[in-house]
Amino acid sequence: MIQLSQARRFSLAIGAVFMMFGIFFGSLPAMGANEAKAATPNPAPTNISQLLIKGTVKNEGVGVAGVKFHVTGNGVDLTATSGDDGKWQLVMQEKGVYKVEIVLDSLPKGVGLRDASLTSRDADLTITDTAAVLFPLGKDIRVVQPIGDQIIIRVFAGLNLGLLLAVAAIGISLIFGTTGLNNFAHGEMVTFGALFMYLFYAVLGWPVILAAAVTIALSAVFGWSQDAAIWRPLRKRRTGLNQMMIVSIGLSIVLRYLLLLFFGGETKTINPTFESVEIGPILTTVNSLTSMGISAVALAAVALFLTRTRIGKATRAVSDNAALAASTGIDVERIIRIVWVLAGALTGLAGILYGMQFQGNWLMGFSILLLLFASVTLGGLGTALGATVGALIIGMVVEVSSLVLPTDLKYAASLIILILVLLVRPQGVLGKKQRIG
Amino acid sequence: MDWLNILNLAVSEMINPISASFILCALGLSVHFGYTGLLNFGQAAFAGVGAYAMVIGILTFHLPILLALLFALACSAVFALILGIPTLRLRADYLAIVTIASAEVFRYFMTTIGFSSVTGGASGLSQFGDEFWALNPFTFSGKVGFGPFEYSARDWFIRIVAWLLIAVSAVFIWLLMRSPWGRVLKSIREDEDAVRSLGKNVFAYKLQSLIIGGGLGSLGGMVLVMNFSTVAPQNWVTTFTFQIWTVLLLGGAATILGPIVGGMVLFLLLSLTQSIMSGLVHLGWLPFLSDPQVGQIRFLLIGLALMLLVIFRPQGIFGNKKELQFNG
Amino acid sequence: MANEIAIGQAEPGCKKVDPILIADNVTRQFGGLTAVNVDHLEIPRGQITALIGPNGAGKTTLFNLLTGFDKPNTGSWTFQGKNLAGMPSYKVARLGMIRTFQLTKALSLLTVIENMRLGAQDNPGERFLVSLFKPLWRVQEAKITANAESLLERFKLDAKRDDYAASLSGGQRKLLEMARALMSQPKLVMLDEPMAGVNPALTQSLLEHIKDLKTNGTTVLFVEHDMHMVRHISDWVIVMAEGKVVAEGPPAEVMKNPAVIDAYLGAHHDTDLGTMQIKVVKEDKK
Repeated sequence: MIQLSQARRFSLAIGAVFMMFGIFFGSLPAMGANEAKAATPNPAPTNISQLLIKGTVKNEGVGVAGVKFHVTGNGVDLTATSGDDGKWQLVMQEKGVYKVEIVLDSLPKGVGLRDASLTSRDADLTITDTAAVLFPLGKDIRVVQPIGDQIIIRVFAGLNLGLLLAVAAIGISLIFGTTGLNNFAHGEMVTFGALFMYLFYAVLGWPVILAAAVTIALSAVFGWSQDAAIWRPLRKRRTGLNQMMIVSIGLSIVLRYLLLLFFGGETKTINPTFESVEIGPILTTVNSLTSMGISAVALAAVALFLTRTRIGKATRAVSDNAALAASTGIDVERIIRIVWVLAGALTGLAGILYGMQFQGNWLMGFSILLLLFASVTLGGLGTALGATVGALIIGMVVEVSSLVLPTDLKYAASLIILILVLLVRPQGVLGKKQRIG
Repeated sequence: MDWLNILNLAVSEMINPISASFILCALGLSVHFGYTGLLNFGQAAFAGVGAYAMVIGILTFHLPILLALLFALACSAVFALILGIPTLRLRADYLAIVTIASAEVFRYFMTTIGFSSVTGGASGLSQFGDEFWALNPFTFSGKVGFGPFEYSARDWFIRIVAWLLIAVSAVFIWLLMRSPWGRVLKSIREDEDAVRSLGKNVFAYKLQSLIIGGGLGSLGGMVLVMNFSTVAPQNWVTTFTFQIWTVLLLGGAATILGPIVGGMVLFLLLSLTQSIMSGLVHLGWLPFLSDPQVGQIRFLLIGLALMLLVIFRPQGIFGNKKELQFNG
Repeated sequence: MANEIAIGQAEPGCKKVDPILIADNVTRQFGGLTAVNVDHLEIPRGQITALIGPNGAGKTTLFNLLTGFDKPNTGSWTFQGKNLAGMPSYKVARLGMIRTFQLTKALSLLTVIENMRLGAQDNPGERFLVSLFKPLWRVQEAKITANAESLLERFKLDAKRDDYAASLSGGQRKLLEMARALMSQPKLVMLDEPMAGVNPALTQSLLEHIKDLKTNGTTVLFVEHDMHMVRHISDWVIVMAEGKVVAEGPPAEVMKNPAVIDAYLGAHHDTDLGTMQIKVVKEDKK
């Protein structure tokens, strides 16, 4: 009987999470329909199975005509050329992943890729029927740069990525520290932040501060509700940690596909305007600088919270030894709740920053999940400072490694580092060796 | 809605080569997780290594199909050694993260342009199946069969090969698990230190388990790409691994019949829900969904099934609660 | 008594007439804390030796080190003249030095008889290729089963033969673990708190089993908190405190040793060790 009523309570709780989604997304179907229309400008809306790769090339807000794109994969080898409005598209016959390469020589003089290392991107038509491939353009930086400048540029990019990863990774670290859970659904919190920012800012046109504030608040609620609906009941049932880890994998898949269903599979430009800034050899944007500033402030705030406030100190005590903390009168469940809210908010913020600087799609969080794990593990599981240091290192590795490695292996480099760290020093760079026996 | 058609399609889905390849991978995972307690989150990589090795064996080294298969199994064993020797001493959750990371690294290496002369890069490889299909003893044209099982000669051939592989694998696992060797494996799942204290080389057993389960996963990968006629990096994403986990946990992790029935049931259910939903979409009853979105719901259901199974019935359909518990 | 076992005076690190295990300069540090620091230690062959000491004295850590479950910072030790330092735990066990654990490690999802069978050594069916062909291991397996059944009978567990080990009581699990350790006919059995958590009704039979081991020529080394038991069955007592061996000798003499009382009891100076039942506070295993 107890089992049954628990089960029922549980399904209710899970139902509640989906309900929440339902409420958020209640207004969205209309938007999805619009997108679908935009995706197929050609008639034949009945031919729903048409597969399309498309994109728009713009330089400083103006479409660039005559840019050539080379699409290969699945036995296909096609070229598309952008029209006067900068738009281009190709119809594909088969599902699959295609490689889209921008033909650099077809760009007008003085115009280059904003990220010069990314001359080709993948268009994934395995699950969705439209794939948008965007190559943001900017000032041509194809001129061969001295190696010193290249290193400075990569280090700057690494710092930028590292700060973003740090903001997202602290949540993983705090959750692992206080509950022991390796949360595989963390990436979806990043996606959640980015896509809701897209909804409020890019689609509904709210002011940026308001959109960000509402998104962060929703992310916090999202974090809290995950704990309340799933993790807290599972802790009460004394579910094993490995079991919970697999549950979080299931949750990650569910959330990812819910986000796909409601937002569609296209890559979204959340912030279409960018102002470039030159600092020495570094060419960056106001967006990136703002994002780095906000990340640094957020990280400093978390550090102050953990070291100076009572709740922060209690959080660290729980991370250190939950049983001991409980015996000194700390309400462990309350701390865990706070940690989830904080993790939700921070990770949502990371998603916003990531999305504003780059772009956003339903897979973005999942694609950086392993980088987040790498950061947390590298720094030492369960310590917030460790996660920050680890994230900065991983960010650097990803970006600096592209000086010597092909860019399509830059994530691989960081994962190999993760594996090596686990082998050589499983407790992480800053972690303490556990007492055994 | 054409119910008969939907039902036929779903029943036929149970034995289709894709289901069969998932079942093979899940049988391998049952050796890893069900019997030995290894949290392998990189089964997709084993399948991928097997598939790529077979295809590269055929295309690059011009091996006959049987040698290519052996070559693939050997590569899978080498992959297991590379993965296992350093990691099998780690804590279970670390092993999980290392295996998932390794699987992704494998995928990046298959994608990168640097090796594309051998791997085909992002678009993968195709046109490797001629010799395999030439082995097909059936020569009839058109479709032959009964009820939901009406297939062309080619479809019959790959189904029979796939299910023979499943049968052989199942007997193989059964033989292993009734033996004292299997007893050691099950004991390791319970408590490694106890097994060590009784003079067993736990590490060697884990490595053997990793190789065997990985080999079965490789067979699954080979069946899959033979059926698709192409092999590409994006086949081996982490979602593939977790679909295998769902198959395994649905049937019961520490059983032999579990992964087989789990795979059949999962694909039956997925096909049914998908057909029914897509029928409802066409009737206009689900105005907020489009056809491709129905396809996406498939994955949503897999994720949901994985969650609910682990929470409410970790031992699966066939498992005995006394026989399997998650450790830790 | 001392003269039968030790050479010369019974003092910490004294030489034995016939040692089975000799350890030298074994140290283990956790962070800044020295958990074990043993200069010299010999375990007498064919005797029952008790290893006692307050919580945190390093007894279990020493067990872990000697059996290869933990790596020392320094030190070497030999078992029957064979150097064991750096040897993995399973090889130590194969040499005939089998241990049990403080928190019983009965494999609860295996049946009692399967637990027992696992204890046997040199079972050809445990090799991967052989295991596939039953005829190759059936005979040996039958022998092992017969041996297991007779041990189960001796330990009065034969009625539980086909039950899952999970269904046994705490005391029965201790018995099972001990019986399983005997499956390989070890030379030295190392029992980590064999009495912890055992219901008093079973205590007597456990004691008898330990004495039986000695009768059959097996050397026993055990960690225990229960002084009553120590005095009853041990031939030799080694006292550890703060990682060091502080006293050695026959039980009656050791219990009178003021250094021992001091190290062991701290504040309870006036209590006679022999009559005191020390409350066992489980050492933190982590």
